[in-house]
Amino acid sequence: MTDTVLYEVFLQLKQGGAHEHAGSVRATDDEMALQNARDVYARRFHPLSIWVVRSENITGSAPGDTGPFFDPGDDKPYRHPSFYTVPRGVRDV
Amino acid sequence: MSETIQAADLTRDIPAEIREPFGAYLLYLGDDALVLGHRLSEWCGHGPTLEEDIALANIALDLVGRSDALLRVAAQLEGKGRSEDDLAFFRDATEFRNAALVELPRGDFAFTIVRQFLYDAYALPLYTHIAANATGALSGIAAKAVKETTYHLRHTAEWVRRFGGGTAESKRRAQDALDELWRYTGELFDEDAVTVALAGAQWIPNPSVLRAAWSETVERVLDEADLAAPAVKHHFTGARSGRHTEHLGHLLSEMQIVARSHPGASW
Repeated sequence: MTDTVLYEVFLQLKQGGAHEHAGSVRATDDEMALQNARDVYARRFHPLSIWVVRSENITGSAPGDTGPFFDPGDDKPYRHPSFYTVPRGVRDV
Repeated sequence: MSETIQAADLTRDIPAEIREPFGAYLLYLGDDALVLGHRLSEWCGHGPTLEEDIALANIALDLVGRSDALLRVAAQLEGKGRSEDDLAFFRDATEFRNAALVELPRGDFAFTIVRQFLYDAYALPLYTHIAANATGALSGIAAKAVKETTYHLRHTAEWVRRFGGGTAESKRRAQDALDELWRYTGELFDEDAVTVALAGAQWIPNPSVLRAAWSETVERVLDEADLAAPAVKHHFTGARSGRHTEHLGHLLSEMQIVARSHPGASW
């Protein structure tokens, strides 16, 4: 079992919620990755759904990207959708 | 103690005419789960990968939990004031009623998985029938077992296919395991006074019907894995009436030593 690859695991914990990153597992293929994710992460968190994706298929930003990528647009108030009210009872927006 | 037991009578839905055979049969089910769960737990910290180590421990925990629930009902039916822990830790090998299949040493990873697969293919139709036909606490215990075993079978069948379609060595090891284990599978479908009485009352499947369901699953997966079901003339029998292989005593001595060294201890 030396030819395993790394998968990232995402769990959906509530109906309509986002799949959130939980960790990673090693596996030889998608079905083994799904089963391993279930065994390593699902028994404690009771998710509704699990996604696994090969880590190599994720493209990430580089550490040097911090400034240009992430500086908040606080000087551009039109970017913040804070000018309308959200109906009561609406969550997770 | 007796007040606690009366407060939650798990046996009240069991009809009077089958209470005796069902008490005996609960030891078949409970001891199968307990002994197999213990065998699997021996892998804890020794699994081939971290993920599989956790997977085996999860299955072991499901099985030990299942035995706990079943032996609790068995102890109540027996009515001698014993608890599930008494049954697990203070009976000797000749009093255990598990099939010999589950007590064989864990062997290599292929042996453990193939044995677990053969058991899962038996447990799924068995508990499915009990969940649908038994009443009260038993139906609930069986429904939980169905949910757990559905996943166990998915996991072990997947491994059997991988062994068969993997390397020459993985295929050889899986076939060796099958050849060794096959003669212990017949005992799962033996007819005796207990199974005949309970099948007659519809609480458990008829052994021949159960065997057909088991064969269908096993043959399908072995076919997909390009592994061969061995031909066996005579199968091992006797463990259900207490005549076990030499391996059970060794397993019990390890499993029971803490409880027997410190009787009544709690934590």
